[in-house]
Amino acid sequence: MQLRVRALETVLGEKGYFDPAAIDALIQAYETKVGPHIGARVVAKAWSDPVFKQALIADATKAVLNMGALNRVGDHLIAVENTPKQHNMIVCTLCSCYPWEVLGLPPVWYKSAPYRSRAVNDPRGVLKDFGVTLAPGTDIRVWDSTAETRFIVLPMRPAGTEGWSEEKLAALVTRDSMIGTGLPKDPKAAA
Amino acid sequence: MDGIHDMGGMHGFGKVEPEPNEPVFHSEWEARCLALNRAMGYAGIWTIDQTRAGIEELPPDLYLSSSYYKKWALRLENLVIERGLADADEIAAGHALRPGKTLKRKLAAVDVPNTISRGSYARPARAPARFKAGDRVRTKNIHPVTHTRLPRYARDKVGVIEALRGCHVYPDTAALGQGDDPQWLYTVVFDGRELWGESAEPSLKVSIEAFEPYLEPA
Repeated sequence: MQLRVRALETVLGEKGYFDPAAIDALIQAYETKVGPHIGARVVAKAWSDPVFKQALIADATKAVLNMGALNRVGDHLIAVENTPKQHNMIVCTLCSCYPWEVLGLPPVWYKSAPYRSRAVNDPRGVLKDFGVTLAPGTDIRVWDSTAETRFIVLPMRPAGTEGWSEEKLAALVTRDSMIGTGLPKDPKAAA
Repeated sequence: MDGIHDMGGMHGFGKVEPEPNEPVFHSEWEARCLALNRAMGYAGIWTIDQTRAGIEELPPDLYLSSSYYKKWALRLENLVIERGLADADEIAAGHALRPGKTLKRKLAAVDVPNTISRGSYARPARAPARFKAGDRVRTKNIHPVTHTRLPRYARDKVGVIEALRGCHVYPDTAALGQGDDPQWLYTVVFDGRELWGESAEPSLKVSIEAFEPYLEPA
C-alpha cells in the first residue's frame, strides 16, 4: 500500500490539485492537534462547572466553542450524559462516524466489523470485551451515528475527586469513556 | 444499498479487540492516505455522501478484507479515475502523464488549520417538520440500490421521536450528485425488543438519526 498511495499522491500533486505541503500539514494536525485530550477537557469542565454542564447538554456545539477548546466544531455535536440509571454507547454501524474534533481519529476497533455489528444488539457483551461491567440496574442506550450529528458521552464523575482541579480531573477521562466502551480511570490509581 | 457495510446486528465477526496505546496511524501510508483524501475532498468535486457511497460500492470481499485506510485509498483511486482527474495508466506509472483539470478550490498548507473541522450540513427548512418529540413513527421498508443512511436493522420498526435535530443535507439525494435536498432530521429511539425480538435485553434502547423521508406515522 505504501507504493500505491505514494503513486496516487505523486500523480495528484503533479496535476496541481493541492499544495504538496498541505499533506504534511494535515498529517501533523491529525497527529498532534486533535485528539481525546480535547474531549477530556470538555468532560472535566462539565464535572466542575454545573452551568457549563447544563449548556453542554443543551447545545454541545455552542458550549465547546464558547470554552475555546477549538477553532470551530462541525454541526451538531451532542453530549449524552451517563447516570446511575443509564449508560450511553456510541457507534456508527454504517461506516465510522466519530466526533473527530473532540476525540481525534477513531481507533481501529471503532471502525471494525465486530464493534459495528454487535454494539446495537449486544452492547453488554461488547463492554465485556473491554473488561467493563456496569453496576446492576444500569440500562444501556446505544446511539447509532447515522447522520452528521456526532455524539460524545459525558461519563459520571468518579467518587473521591471532590475538590480536584479541572486539569487533574481531565487526566481521569479516557477516550473510551467518552465513546461509552470504558469508564473514567480510578482516582485512587491516578492520584 | 443493502451492502456489506450495513453491519448493525450481524453475527459472526467475533470479539472487539481494543489495542492498548494505539498510535494515531499504524504506518506512514495510512497518514498520507487520510491527508490525500482530505486534500482532494477540499477541492469540492464530490460530497461526503458520494465518498461514503464509494466505500460501500467496493466489492464485499474486498470491503471485508481491506483495512480502513486501504478502503480509503481504493475509493480515492476509483473517484479520481471516474471524475477524469487522473487516469489508471498515470497511477500505475506513478507520475502524471497529462495536465490536470482546473478545480474549484486548491488546498494550501496555510488553510489546513481551518479544514480540520467538518463542514456544515445544516440547511434552511423548506417546510415545517412533520413530526414532533414524542410522536410514534414507523421506519419505512425501503431497499434502495443507491446510498441510504437508514440501516437495515431499523427498517419497518416502530420507534419514538426523541429529538428534532434541524434540517440537513439529505444523504440519499446528495450521494447521487442531485443537490442538498434538505430534510428534517430526528433522533428516533427503539426498544431493543422491537429491533431484535424476545431475546433482546429487556431494557436496551437503540436510537438512529433518521431523515424525515425514512419515517411515517405509526
